Amino acid sequence: MSTQKSLMGRFRDSDFLYDFKRSPVTVVSFVIVVMLILLAVLADLVAPTNPFDAGSLNLMNGFTPPMQPNAFTGETFYLGTDDQGRDLLSAIIFGLRVSLFVGLTAVILAMVLGVSLGLIAGYRGGWVDSLIMRAADIQVTFPSILIAMLIFGIARGLLPPHMRDELAITVLIIAIGLSEWVPFARTVRGTTMVEKEKEYVQAARLIGLGRGQIMLRHILPNVLSPVLVIATITLALAIIAEATLSFLGVGAPPTEPSLGTLIRIGQDFLFSGEWWILLFPATTLLALALSVNLLGDWLRDTLNPRLK
Amino acid sequence: MSEAILSVRNLRVVFPHRHGELVPIDDISFDVKKGEIIGFVGESGAGKSMTGAAIIGLIDPPGYIDQGEIWLKDERIDQLGISATNQIRGRRISMVFQDPLTSLNPLRTIGDQLVETILTHLPVSADEARRKAIAGLEEVDIDPERFNAYPHEFSGGMRQRVVIALALSAEPELIIADEPTTALDVSVQAQVLELLKKLCREHGASVILITHDMGVIAETTDRVAVLYAGRLAEIGDTQTLLLDPQHPYTKGLIASTPSVEYGDISTELFQITGTMPRLDALPRGCAFHPRCEQALTHCATKRPQVEQNRVACWLYNDV
Amino acid sequence: MSDFIQIEQLCRRFDLSEPWLARMIYRKPKRFLDAVDNVSFAIERGRTYALVGESGSGKSTIARIAVGLLGPSSGRILIDGHNLHDRGLSQAQHRRIRQRLQMVFQSPYASLNPRWRVGNILAEPLRTFSLVDGRQAEQRRVNELLEQVGLSASDARRFPHEFSGGQRQRISIARALASRPDFIVCDEPTSALDVSVQAQVLNLLKELQRDLGLTYLFITHDLAVVRVMAHRIGVLKSGQLVEEQDTATLIESPQSDYTKMLIRSAPRIRDDSDGAH
Repeated sequence: MSTQKSLMGRFRDSDFLYDFKRSPVTVVSFVIVVMLILLAVLADLVAPTNPFDAGSLNLMNGFTPPMQPNAFTGETFYLGTDDQGRDLLSAIIFGLRVSLFVGLTAVILAMVLGVSLGLIAGYRGGWVDSLIMRAADIQVTFPSILIAMLIFGIARGLLPPHMRDELAITVLIIAIGLSEWVPFARTVRGTTMVEKEKEYVQAARLIGLGRGQIMLRHILPNVLSPVLVIATITLALAIIAEATLSFLGVGAPPTEPSLGTLIRIGQDFLFSGEWWILLFPATTLLALALSVNLLGDWLRDTLNPRLK
Repeated sequence: MSEAILSVRNLRVVFPHRHGELVPIDDISFDVKKGEIIGFVGESGAGKSMTGAAIIGLIDPPGYIDQGEIWLKDERIDQLGISATNQIRGRRISMVFQDPLTSLNPLRTIGDQLVETILTHLPVSADEARRKAIAGLEEVDIDPERFNAYPHEFSGGMRQRVVIALALSAEPELIIADEPTTALDVSVQAQVLELLKKLCREHGASVILITHDMGVIAETTDRVAVLYAGRLAEIGDTQTLLLDPQHPYTKGLIASTPSVEYGDISTELFQITGTMPRLDALPRGCAFHPRCEQALTHCATKRPQVEQNRVACWLYNDV
Repeated sequence: MSDFIQIEQLCRRFDLSEPWLARMIYRKPKRFLDAVDNVSFAIERGRTYALVGESGSGKSTIARIAVGLLGPSSGRILIDGHNLHDRGLSQAQHRRIRQRLQMVFQSPYASLNPRWRVGNILAEPLRTFSLVDGRQAEQRRVNELLEQVGLSASDARRFPHEFSGGQRQRISIARALASRPDFIVCDEPTSALDVSVQAQVLNLLKELQRDLGLTYLFITHDLAVVRVMAHRIGVLKSGQLVEEQDTATLIESPQSDYTKMLIRSAPRIRDDSDGAH
């Protein structure tokens, strides 16, 4: 009755796409996220100027309000400039790149770590399970921002001074990644404990597959739906964590400003009337985090009934 | 012939679906007479549970009753509002489900739950309700000493007996029992069915017994309706229907049920080829014709109706 | 000696105790459940032995021990004279024994990995036991297996959810046949199926037994099914074997009260007996 269909055809036919199209909020969020990712990836082509090229900066352009010609040079900037005459639109596009890069890599790190530990804890059980899950329990009693700052501080202390700025982004990724693995591990552990009792896993054991193969080939594919949901929601958290750390001055260095760095710079000028330097990066961050979160919520609602 | 307490006429239930609509119940009519036990038998997906849900107004949205009428004595109940339906549900019609734990609140004692049900539905004092609750427990052979016990303190069979006491406590006219013994061991199943039968006779309540088990039908019911793919295949007096089934599907169903009475290792069980079609791929004409060995040419084009002879099959009806 | 499998004084005890810390704090003793209590029986080659019992009788535990999914607390399982749970066996020897034992599970839904195509599900045992050389031979064998259980070769590309319950159970049987076993444990293989489909699956199992000379351990609660499936029946109650007989003898003239009660309670379509209930 059912004929073979192409992958694309199956996708076009799926309930997944149908649900997606029926939720306007989700479609809008999806469009925003895709646009922001495209902007970040194509930053070199899209941004009017390169904000890191010190030679192109003109201090005379400093504090130009949005859409108004500069009093000295007559140049106009869509979103205005900051104190150093840097085009804010370009700074935001490049900052978005840093934020997204840090957020995505940190989530991937957290996911790999959390999923592996969760699989092992759930499948092995016993003292291995206790050890991993107690570690997770201890970790969640600290706010994740605090853990990230701690890891960040230790790493900075261990690194020689000349490498600090170079490795700042890497350290940031590791710090955020290590502070977000717990939800992955907990969910995967729970799902694994359910899956491993199912008869298809027993059948795989009868065939003589080893633990590792059963975990990777049989259980892993069946615990991925909730992981996808957590990854999306954690992405929003990671982006905000990165912004927070950078805002506090312990994150991305001024040479590679992220959205958080821009917000920190911007807030210095808020009360002197240069509102745009804070407002535009903050709005971008809000749009990004909110859209990712809304996508995550929708994913959770859509995938949930089929998690069994 | 005694009066009908429930009349279902041309019931059709529709679930809108993005590729059109699914029809889990299509044009089903039947009566439930006072005091009788009528069985609904069929395979999973045949529409037997859905019929029960439609009667009691519990079809999950987006599903709805598209056509037909349901009459409880002289009152039409398929178009009542929520509050009026609630008046009927539990009071005049009550339900017994497969899993007794879904009908019992795990945090409250069984006595409490019985008293509450009685007070909600009957105009009695608290003392009177308590007396009735204890009498109800005695009727289902549960020691009234256990009035203050919680559901988890009972075995599966005892819980189902408590649920039966609960279902009878408001003195309903009709009980819909949906696979009430499927989760129980055979020895317990026999006791529970026997009890259900006896009490309904004593209280004069009619029962719709939904099951997939022909053996349960044979031992418990007065009449039986055989459902296939959301349609009525055959309906009639249980003994007659089991001894002399008309519809090829009913014949197959009976022949393929193994019996503890006969057969041995060399017995080849009768089998109906294929499986019941899914609701989104129903064949034209008679829904059973692709699996039917006696199918006639027009079985594939024209849908047979249940006429006076109680069988929806072209072998017994003129075109 | 024509016994394929001998189960000798099998016991299995489960530890149901609270975790160590909780036991210390509340001063609770350890709690044990004897799921299988000194059970012995043997199955002749090419025959079907049915274990009948109600929930909690220990029949599924014995099934799992018999294929090696679970270890016994004490007692032995001899497969063709080899001790299945002997720790002294080399890994290769163990593998050779394991390959001869397979299982068909109760749930047609949980027994197939929902993310795998049927072709892969059937090819997995072939690869793991290195039973075929090359893709083509693998494909040929998968097709052969599918046809053996009444499905078609084109079904290999489909996913489990595209099949009905009965068809999934056929896939499960095909997977069990893949490693060319001698012995298959059928753990309530039809209790989740509708009757008309149950008959198909039972007939298939019998046909396969005739063609391939398989030995079955058939686990069920349904005496009517047993009557047409088994050569010999063991009745289990609370982990103990209460009665064991050839099928006809056991059903026609049961000895223990428990067996009598089970037979009496089995629902009948036509009540030809003396109306005892």
